[in-house]
Amino acid sequence: MNQAAERVVPELVELRVPCRPEWVALARLAAATVANRLNITLEEIEDVKLAVAEACTAVIQHSGHGAFIELTCEALSDALRVRVHDSGRHGTPAGDGGPAMSFDEARVAGLGIFLIRTLMDEVSYDVHPQLGTDLLMIKRLAPTP
Amino acid sequence: MDIKVTVRQAHGDCYVVDLSGEIDVYTSPKVKEAIGELIDRGVYHLVINLEKVRYIDSTGLGVLIGGLKRVREHGGSVNLVCTNPQIKKIFDITGLVKIFGMFESEDAAMKALV
Repeated sequence: MNQAAERVVPELVELRVPCRPEWVALARLAAATVANRLNITLEEIEDVKLAVAEACTAVIQHSGHGAFIELTCEALSDALRVRVHDSGRHGTPAGDGGPAMSFDEARVAGLGIFLIRTLMDEVSYDVHPQLGTDLLMIKRLAPTP
Repeated sequence: MDIKVTVRQAHGDCYVVDLSGEIDVYTSPKVKEAIGELIDRGVYHLVINLEKVRYIDSTGLGVLIGGLKRVREHGGSVNLVCTNPQIKKIFDITGLVKIFGMFESEDAAMKALV
């Protein structure tokens, strides 16, 4: 149910889940729920879900068990801004196929980052030498007529 | 969230893998196992029915690509049945639509198996 007309922006939702595959569904559902608060199409919500899942999958593939995925979704007046924080990796962008991955895993990871870049309007990394890597993604809203 | 995998013999050495649910980093190992078992048994002509798949990500695509790669080594093929526009979109933007045979119905996918 899209209740964009009743929304109050900005809204911010933060989620911290264990860095394991079984938690990715919750992360993408959370992002979809925030996206649904905005004036956004169902297709765009699906884009956001997939981009968030790909970002979380990249974190899982690079970080060991015991780490956490931190997701922040901000519903703004003109965009949805999503941050996926990887505390277990320092200085290596998601999806680049790090040394621990097999060739096939690296190819799939490359597919993941390609999907993120295709489905979201803006994608950038914020690398902290000590704190880890943030993947920032923005989905802009269509202008209201 | 789960994935249901059903394998059935269609005719001769052609098998259909019915998938239902969501294919992601958590569920894709189950799909990989089912497809891998078939190929290990010498089944190289597969139709994978994605009609009831609501969601697929790069790990799911990776499993399908891996299966295709393996059967092609034996002269086999993988055809997909896909009617969900969102799933088709993922195959379109990744270019995989050119690699897999993609069909609107199981009959069409089966007839096109080589």
